[in-house]
Amino acid sequence: MDKFSTHTGIGVPLRRSNVDTDQIIPAVYLKRVTRTGFEDGLFAAWRSDETFVLNQPAYAAGSILVAGPDFGTGSSREHAVWALQNYGFRVVIGPRFGDIFRGNSGKAGLVIAGVGQDVVEKLWDLLEAAPGSELTVDLVAKTITAGADVFEFSIDDYTRHRLLEGLDDIGLTLQHADLITQFEATRPSWLPRTLPAKTAG
Amino acid sequence: MVCGDSHTSTHGAFGALAFGIGTSEVEHVLATQTLPQARPKTMAVTINGALPEGVTAKDVVLALIAKVGTGGGQGYVVEYRGDTIENLSMEGRMTICNMSIEWGAKAGLVAPDDTTFAYLKGRPHAPEGEDWDAAVAYWRTLFTDPDAVFDAEVTIDAATLTPFVTWGTNPGQGVPLGAAVPSPEDFADPVDRAAAERALAYMDLTAGTAMRDIRVDTVFLGSCTNGRIEDLRLAASVLKGHTIADGVRMLVVPGSARVRLQAESEGLDKVFLEFGAEWRAAGCSMCLGMNPDQLAPGERSASTSNRNFEGRQGKGGRTHLVSPPVAAATAIRGTLSSPSDL
Repeated sequence: MDKFSTHTGIGVPLRRSNVDTDQIIPAVYLKRVTRTGFEDGLFAAWRSDETFVLNQPAYAAGSILVAGPDFGTGSSREHAVWALQNYGFRVVIGPRFGDIFRGNSGKAGLVIAGVGQDVVEKLWDLLEAAPGSELTVDLVAKTITAGADVFEFSIDDYTRHRLLEGLDDIGLTLQHADLITQFEATRPSWLPRTLPAKTAG
Repeated sequence: MVCGDSHTSTHGAFGALAFGIGTSEVEHVLATQTLPQARPKTMAVTINGALPEGVTAKDVVLALIAKVGTGGGQGYVVEYRGDTIENLSMEGRMTICNMSIEWGAKAGLVAPDDTTFAYLKGRPHAPEGEDWDAAVAYWRTLFTDPDAVFDAEVTIDAATLTPFVTWGTNPGQGVPLGAAVPSPEDFADPVDRAAAERALAYMDLTAGTAMRDIRVDTVFLGSCTNGRIEDLRLAASVLKGHTIADGVRMLVVPGSARVRLQAESEGLDKVFLEFGAEWRAAGCSMCLGMNPDQLAPGERSASTSNRNFEGRQGKGGRTHLVSPPVAAATAIRGTLSSPSDL
């Protein structure tokens, strides 16, 4: 997982509430065995609508989503986070999020920035008045900069630490790689083991 | 043992702590050989007594889930113990451990004993020679101390059990085969009552109907719950010499290619085919309707699988979970039945 300190990118106003993970990516798009390529399924039901925000050229390259309340509720699918990341989003700003989605996001490196509904309304107005405007999200200072305005956002300390250090679950475990190796060395001979891959022919 | 399927809990029959995990957890295991876990709570399910004639491990676990509810095991790792469990075959223990997840438990296991070792000895990938002796010596240490204290305990008297079948749309909505479809008013808890109302509507059942009067269209014998050689033998012994009921189709799907070959070497495939059933290649088949083996809307099945959720076996399909002998007797009579009805 890459370290995250600050990110500047185009803000996308998503004026909807209760966008659950089925709306972020419907189940029919979950058939890949990789974590990439899910951008095609992102907000699939709305992508055929020409007026949908991501179909407007000014927002198409957006990387900071400004969402309404209760974004990411519903099914626990990790693909919802991957679809946003695959599309190019690094940050989702919003007043309230589904718990599992928020957890999955932190683990995968997508920053979930909590703000009040009033801040969301200001950001929506600003981004709609000047489509293509950039926002800057500073994870060190926990601030969002929009033109001359600076807003604070909330994120729990542990998740912030992990994002700043670029530590995903695997990275955290691998901090104990020596202990794992020591343990594996004591593995009795009668336990099943991984066999070397067979070579062709 | 961890795997990306909730029925990984089946391996608890061998004394293994075995449970299903999600996509990123699989990745974590492959990358690190580890998986950080919070310590779960412990529960003992103690089952003592001789199982009455015609009662199988499937009936035991369906009766257990009806007793504790589909959420009764949440947060627990369960040890199944008592002389009923000790006297079960490995296949029976696998059936019970398999359905641990159906009542919310994280995992369910049985202490390994001579039955376990006899089952494993000589199997592909089992240790051999000195490794075998070392393994058995270690496995013999895997039992619960007599003075151990569990966070929760459930006890069941095996002698009171009868063939068990589900009437609703979750595995906890079950009754003895000799009982009738319950009424929503039978449930004191308002959530249970509402769930029963919804289930009866979906299943197109009327409270008070005798379970034995319920007619099925399809019988499915298979799945990771009941697709083992012992299950096929038991069902074949019931079917032999009979003909399938008019208008009923029966799918027999071995749980693995190894089970299929074993069954064919014993001639069980011929018993099923002569009876009028379909003998299929190994797989999941109608357990979850991922392939074209599905119920049509409104069709009703007696199924030896593990989940009777709405639409699980096909959109609008209605599933009754049953044991292999009940499945076989139902295919003969066309209505939910046990071998004692023949």
